[in-house]
Amino acid sequence: MTERLFEGADWDFRTLQRITDACEEVALKDLGLDVYPNQIEVITAEQMLDAYSSVGMPLFYKHWSFGKQFAYHEASYRKGLMGLAYEIVINSSPCISYLMEENTATMQTLVIAHAAFGHNHFFKNNYLFKQWTDAEGILDYLDFAKNYVMQCEERYGRIEVERTLDAAHALMSHGIDRYPGKKTLDLRAEEKRAGRRRQHEEEVFNDLWRTVPAGKSKTRSALSIERRRKLLGLPQENLLYFLEKSAPRLAPWQRELLRIVRHIAQYFYPQSQTKVMNEGTATYVHYRIMTALHQRGRITDGNFLEFLGSHTNVVFQPEFDDPRFSGFNPYALGFAVMQDIERIVTNPEDEDREWFPDIAGKNDVMGVLRDVWANYRDESFIAQFLSPRLMRHFRMFHLHDDPEERAGIRVDAIHDDRGFRRVRRELARQHDVGYIDANIEVVDVDLSGDRRLILHHHVIKGSQLNETDAKRVLQHLADLWTYDVSLIEVDANDKVLREYVVSPRPIPAAVA
Amino acid sequence: MPIHIIDRRLNPGGKSLENRQRFLRRAKSLVQGAVKKTSQERDIKDVLEGGEVTIPLDGMHEPRFRREGGTRDMVLPGNKKFIEGDYLQRSGQGSAKDSGPGEGDSEDAFRFVLSRDEFVDLFLDDLELPDLAKRKIAQTESEGIQRAGYTTSGSPANISVSRTVKLALARRIALKRPRKEEIEELEAAIAACTDEDERTELLAQLEALKAKSKRIPFIDPLDIRYRRFETVPKPVAQAVMFCLMDVSGSMSEHMKDLAKRFYMLLYVFLKRRYKHVEIVFIRHTDRAEEVDEQTFFYGPASGGTLVSSALQAMHEIVRERFNPSDWNIYAAQASDGDNSYSDGELTGLLLTEKILPVCQFFAYLEVGESGGSAFDLSDSSLWTLYERLRNSGAPLSMRKVSERSEIFPVFHDLFQRRETAQEKAAP
Repeated sequence: MTERLFEGADWDFRTLQRITDACEEVALKDLGLDVYPNQIEVITAEQMLDAYSSVGMPLFYKHWSFGKQFAYHEASYRKGLMGLAYEIVINSSPCISYLMEENTATMQTLVIAHAAFGHNHFFKNNYLFKQWTDAEGILDYLDFAKNYVMQCEERYGRIEVERTLDAAHALMSHGIDRYPGKKTLDLRAEEKRAGRRRQHEEEVFNDLWRTVPAGKSKTRSALSIERRRKLLGLPQENLLYFLEKSAPRLAPWQRELLRIVRHIAQYFYPQSQTKVMNEGTATYVHYRIMTALHQRGRITDGNFLEFLGSHTNVVFQPEFDDPRFSGFNPYALGFAVMQDIERIVTNPEDEDREWFPDIAGKNDVMGVLRDVWANYRDESFIAQFLSPRLMRHFRMFHLHDDPEERAGIRVDAIHDDRGFRRVRRELARQHDVGYIDANIEVVDVDLSGDRRLILHHHVIKGSQLNETDAKRVLQHLADLWTYDVSLIEVDANDKVLREYVVSPRPIPAAVA
Repeated sequence: MPIHIIDRRLNPGGKSLENRQRFLRRAKSLVQGAVKKTSQERDIKDVLEGGEVTIPLDGMHEPRFRREGGTRDMVLPGNKKFIEGDYLQRSGQGSAKDSGPGEGDSEDAFRFVLSRDEFVDLFLDDLELPDLAKRKIAQTESEGIQRAGYTTSGSPANISVSRTVKLALARRIALKRPRKEEIEELEAAIAACTDEDERTELLAQLEALKAKSKRIPFIDPLDIRYRRFETVPKPVAQAVMFCLMDVSGSMSEHMKDLAKRFYMLLYVFLKRRYKHVEIVFIRHTDRAEEVDEQTFFYGPASGGTLVSSALQAMHEIVRERFNPSDWNIYAAQASDGDNSYSDGELTGLLLTEKILPVCQFFAYLEVGESGGSAFDLSDSSLWTLYERLRNSGAPLSMRKVSERSEIFPVFHDLFQRRETAQEKAAP
């Protein structure tokens, strides 16, 4: 079995097939990975730019913001400011990996191992992806979304659709369910549901209702706050969901558009929580596969050296005072922790036994790692598995920057016995979406008065919203709600720090 | 496990084109402003090559709820000398650091590259020839394709599947071609049949049916229909633009340069926006000649000045080749304003009697020396003459230019789309 997979840098489609087969053998037999069926597509640089501008998805609805992305990427790519990724992988079943045509044979092997097996396994097994994404249905759903948006544009006009989508995009980061609901997601049923919604509208439409004289409206003062909040499902942090269900004057198709944007935001929700783990897994897997291929003589020493060159670049972590530094490199951090887990499992030291009694010396590396990959996200992964040894290796330290503090920025903890746990907790917190995203929720609607929508932003550590952006987002929100919207920023002691009130803009043409 | 490897490289490109167009449409006013600004700084030839523009991000900004300020905690790699409890001096102001690593807020201007076509389209977008009134079906060019029913012959790309299938279905029904279900039914009956005689009979029937279905094809070449297209002539507005340039000795290099730039722009504008515009180049010293564009823009010439010679030449060309009842006639003249004193009267006469009555629009560009403001000097003889004509109601536009950077604004000014004038004219 010492037949080489390829010689030199050239490849053709048979080579790709051989490479994939060889990778698959290592991935399934040696590493025990469990993956979706693979679909590998070779694309050009221009197609890669296309993919960049539609958030990596092969198809997407049309919107000007993607054109802006494209113009931006294209300009920086042409000037050579930006290189393109070697691959893009899509969490779908079959799992689609895009490979750039310029890659050498070694690079193709690397990215197939990385994407088609590393990421693929992670997508299929990690609990967040299982909970929040529907890999089987996503491509069909995107197809539905694309057509639906197109139909809406035909029926209701491009400007109207664009206005709704702009507003929905502004609220996208707050269109996510953070707690699993009762129902599992079935994106394939969505299209039918949208049809039913329209059908229902048509069936129950009766023009007579319009002519019925309105009686005296009942005074709703009796409706207690508690009951009202319950009826509206408040408090609600998923703003798009709340608008879809409760905004009084949206047309059905607008609700559907909000739903589409919400579903897509939800689809990407796990990815933002697992950057370190996802890339760490893929990097670890490609490292193992490439090493195995080299050991078995399937790739030459030269190819392996080429691989090591790229691999080293990928996992390079500049230090904080390096001009190249821009935060922790998820590839470097994830890969380092996973290699460290391998070491702890096979060859632990006393310190490791003390810190990781459950896995130290267990000897089943892949068993432990598969369990880690399945059951953690970045925050819990770091909180659980970042070892003192690794903190010393990266020479991590924790800075606390309080603007009130005259003396400057305090070094709160460093990589020593006193600091390990604090540094680790703080790094984990940096990867916790609960801390990264602003905590904004709908708390009440003034139903008896002017129908004002009231939101609260719970300020953490004195970090308030950027004023210009907040006003613009709220403007979009008010346009969808069609009545006043107020956002109140409160700190932990319920002290009001700031209040925004925004009124909706008049709609130029009447919306049906 | 089956693995699909697909070559997508041959897929049609330009998937993002529509999104890009939407973006440009949305940013149109911003991009247009940027295009005009960039084009002032550049040479005309470069302008037509497209290129990078920068627009303020403000109008294209996509807002999100972002947090800023407050107490910040961060874990960093690469500690060299710090121990717990150390204090680090803040570098400069705290706020400067805040705006650094934040997402997206550092790009307050948005740079991107426009293609040649996009650039020129935006550049010329709000320009048009005024009063393009005389429309007539052009003799030579007929354009516009229109659907015109079906035909029995054509290229395979034009096969109309639905029509073909419809005809095939009709023919099959008419000829009583046995359906698949009938045959299946009969086969089932044969399988179930026990009586030998009946079975033979059924078998014979089956044979007959099968033979018949073979004789009558599912789709016959007779059924095939192609979509037919025919070309229809469309009325077009024929127009001719006369470019009259003074190349006499009194014109300095700078003035000639200005005039040429102006005509270059005019040339590009007409070529791009109007398919049916003829351009006639006339240059004159003390005598006028019609030249091709190469000579017009690049050929050297010198001599005295007789403006009337150019007008006379134009008049003759109009009489010979462009019947004013069929053609929209335009003229643009560039000169330093000098004319020999004795020629003034003749020029005025030619203009009022011969030229202006047949012209939709006559633009006069007076080029001046760099640095010299046009207002300092007394008006040139030509300017005075034209001003008098304009005041008496002739369709004349006049501008003065003395700097390169003024060419673009003046050009825009001259050919600006005149909404109000047209609206007035329409009812």
